[in-house]
Amino acid sequence: MSSGSGSGSLLKYIGIRVLLVIPMMWVLLTLVFILLRVAPGDPVTAAVGDKLSPAAIAQRQHQLGLDKPLIQQYVEYIGHVCRFDFGTTITDKEPVLTVIRDQGGATLTLTLGAFLFAVAVGVPLGRLAGRRRDTALDAGIRVFGVVTYAAPIFWVGIMLVALVIKFLPSWPTFGIASPVVAFEVPTKTHIMLVDAVLYGHGDAITDVLKHHVLPCFTLGLLLMGVIIRLVRVNVIQAMKGDYVEAARARGIKEGRVIRKHAFRNALVPVITVIGLQVALTLSGAVLTERTFNWPGLGTALITYLNGRDYIAVQGLVTFFAIVVVIVSVLVDIINALVDPRVRY
Amino acid sequence: MTVVEHSAHEDDGPVLEARDLRVWYATDRGPVRAVDGVSFQIRRGEILGLVGESGCGKSTLGRGLIGLLPDGSARDGELEFQGLDLLHLSAREQRDLRGTDLAMIFQEPLTRLNPLMRISEHFEETLRTHEKGISKDEVRRRSLEVLRVMGIPPTRYRAYPHEFSGGMRQRLMIALALVLRPAFVVADEPTTALDVLVEAQIIRILHDLRREYDTSLLLITHNLGIIAEACDRVAVMYAGEIVEIGDATAVFSHPKHPYTRELLRSTISLSTTGLNYIDGAPPDLVEPPSGCHFHPRCPDAMRICAERDPVDRDHGDGHRAACWAADLSDGLSLSEDERAPLEREEIAVADEA
Repeated sequence: MSSGSGSGSLLKYIGIRVLLVIPMMWVLLTLVFILLRVAPGDPVTAAVGDKLSPAAIAQRQHQLGLDKPLIQQYVEYIGHVCRFDFGTTITDKEPVLTVIRDQGGATLTLTLGAFLFAVAVGVPLGRLAGRRRDTALDAGIRVFGVVTYAAPIFWVGIMLVALVIKFLPSWPTFGIASPVVAFEVPTKTHIMLVDAVLYGHGDAITDVLKHHVLPCFTLGLLLMGVIIRLVRVNVIQAMKGDYVEAARARGIKEGRVIRKHAFRNALVPVITVIGLQVALTLSGAVLTERTFNWPGLGTALITYLNGRDYIAVQGLVTFFAIVVVIVSVLVDIINALVDPRVRY
Repeated sequence: MTVVEHSAHEDDGPVLEARDLRVWYATDRGPVRAVDGVSFQIRRGEILGLVGESGCGKSTLGRGLIGLLPDGSARDGELEFQGLDLLHLSAREQRDLRGTDLAMIFQEPLTRLNPLMRISEHFEETLRTHEKGISKDEVRRRSLEVLRVMGIPPTRYRAYPHEFSGGMRQRLMIALALVLRPAFVVADEPTTALDVLVEAQIIRILHDLRREYDTSLLLITHNLGIIAEACDRVAVMYAGEIVEIGDATAVFSHPKHPYTRELLRSTISLSTTGLNYIDGAPPDLVEPPSGCHFHPRCPDAMRICAERDPVDRDHGDGHRAACWAADLSDGLSLSEDERAPLEREEIAVADEA
C-alpha cells in the first residue's frame, strides 16, 4: 500500500489494459463475422449475379473461399486480420488496406476536427450551464444541447449548405479540396490537410481548411449535444461534493475551488463517455461524408454497401472495430493518469 | 492577521462570542429558524460541547460561526471573533479568515478530501492560499510536522486519499484544519462515521489540541459520552435555541432544563435496563411552538411555558438555563395560574392537526 501511488501500479494497469485488448478484439471480430454471415443472400450473386453464368459464380465463390465450411472461413478470417490482411474488394479488386490508406486520411481529419470543435465549445458551455444552473442561460444551453443531439446529421448538413450557398456563395460546400488544389497537391501522406501543408502553398492550405469547416461543424454538433449535457450534470454534481465544501472551509478562493475541485473532478466521467462517443462519431462520419461528398471511409463504405461488396464491407467494418478498441484503451489510460483510484 | 493574534494573547477573554445569533434558511414555506437567538462564549483553549437531537440546528450553528452557509441563508445578531465583527465582514474577508483563524472538521472524512489530489497537494493549496510566496520546503516542513502530531508517517505525504482508512482520513482532515494554527475550530460530529476504537483515538487527539495548538474547539455531537470525556463546558440545543449551558460536570450532574434531563436519561450504557426516549418529535422550525419551544414534549410543562418565552437565567457559576420550571425551583414566584400543569389533551389535539 505504501508504494500504491507510485508509477509501478500505473504501468501495471496499462499493461493489463493492453492485454485485455486481445479478448475484446476477438469478441468484436467474431461479431463482425457473424453479422455479415447472417445477412441473407450470397454476396457474389448479389454483387455480380445478373452478369455471370452459374459456373462463373461458383468459381468466384471458390476463389473467395465462400464454399468452405463456416468454421474454416472464421479461422481464416481471424488469421488474416491478425496479419493485417483485410482482403481484396470484389467490385474493384483493390486491397481493403489500400482503400483505408487512400481514404482514411479524410475521415481522420474530419473526425478529429469535429471532435476538437465539439470539446472546445461543448465543455465550456456545459460548465457555464452547470454553474448558472436553472437560469435562462442554462435553459438556453440545454435546449441547444438537446436540439443538436436530436437533429439528424444529414438534415443539419443540408440546411447548413443551403444557408451557406445563400449568404456566402463562395464558401466551399462539398469535397475536401477544390479540383485545382486537389490536382496540384502531390499525394504523400494520403491526408489532404497534411499534404497541403507539406506542399507549402498558403492558398492550398486555406482551401483545404475552408473545405473542412462545414463537415467538421456538422459532425461536431452531434457530439457537442452529448458533451454539454454530460459536463453540465457532472459540474452540478461535483459542486455539491463534500470536498468542495471542505475546500471552501479552508478559505480556498472560489475560482480555484471551481477549477481544481469541482471542474477537474467533473471531467473524469466525461472522459469515459467521450471515449465511448468515438463509435457515434464514426457512424456520424459516414452520414456526414455522404452529405458533403467527402472522400473518406464513410463514402467508401456506402459505395461498397450499395455494390454489395461483401469483402470490402467486412474489411472496413473490421477496421472501424479496431479503431474503437484502440480508442477505448487510450481513454482508459488517460483516465488512469487523471484519476488515481482507477489504477488497481 | 498579526494584529488579530496580538489581541488574542492579551487576556483570557472569549475568543468567540455570539449574542442573539440567528441563522435562517429561506424555503418555499417561509424562513426556517435553524438557529434562533443563541448567545454563548468560547474562551481560549476551551472545548465547548454542543449537543442536541438531529435537526435541532447544531450543524447550522457550527457552519454559521465560520461563515460556511449555503445560498439562501442569512445570519443576524452579533458574532465577535477576536475583536472582529464577523457578521459585517465582506465575503472576501471572511474567506481569508477561514483556514487561518477559523477552521472546520467534518462528519464524513471519507468524502472530504479531493480524490484526485495528493495529500501533499491539499497542504500546498491550503498554505499557499493564505501565505503567499511560502517556499516548497516550508510547506513540506510545516505539513509534516502537523501530520506527525496526528500520527501520519512522512512516507505517506505524497499518497492519495483513497490509500488511507477512515480514521486516518479524519486525522488528515484535522491536520489540514490545524496546519495554519487557527484560533477556533468547529468539529461537526467528527467521529460519527468512525468505529468506536477510532472514535476514542480522534476524541483524544481533539482533547489534546489545546496543548499543542492552543485552539478553541466547538465539538458538535449527539454522543453525551464524548462530551463528558472531552469537553470543558457543554451547550444543549433544542429547536434552534441553546436551552442550557454550563460546566460539563455541573450540567450532567445537576441538569436544570427538563430537556437536558430527558436527554441524559435516554443515554444507553451497560447498566441500562430499559430504553428511555422523549415523546414526540422535534418541532417544525418554520413555525416553532409558542413560549418555550420544548413545552409540547416537556414532562414538567406549566401553563406559563406555552405562553411566555422562558428567560435565559444564570443559576450560579455560569450555569445558564432557559426554563420556567428551573426558575420556579430556584425561588422565582409564579402565580397559581401560571404554575398550573399544562393540559396534555390540548397538545395531543395540536399534534394531530
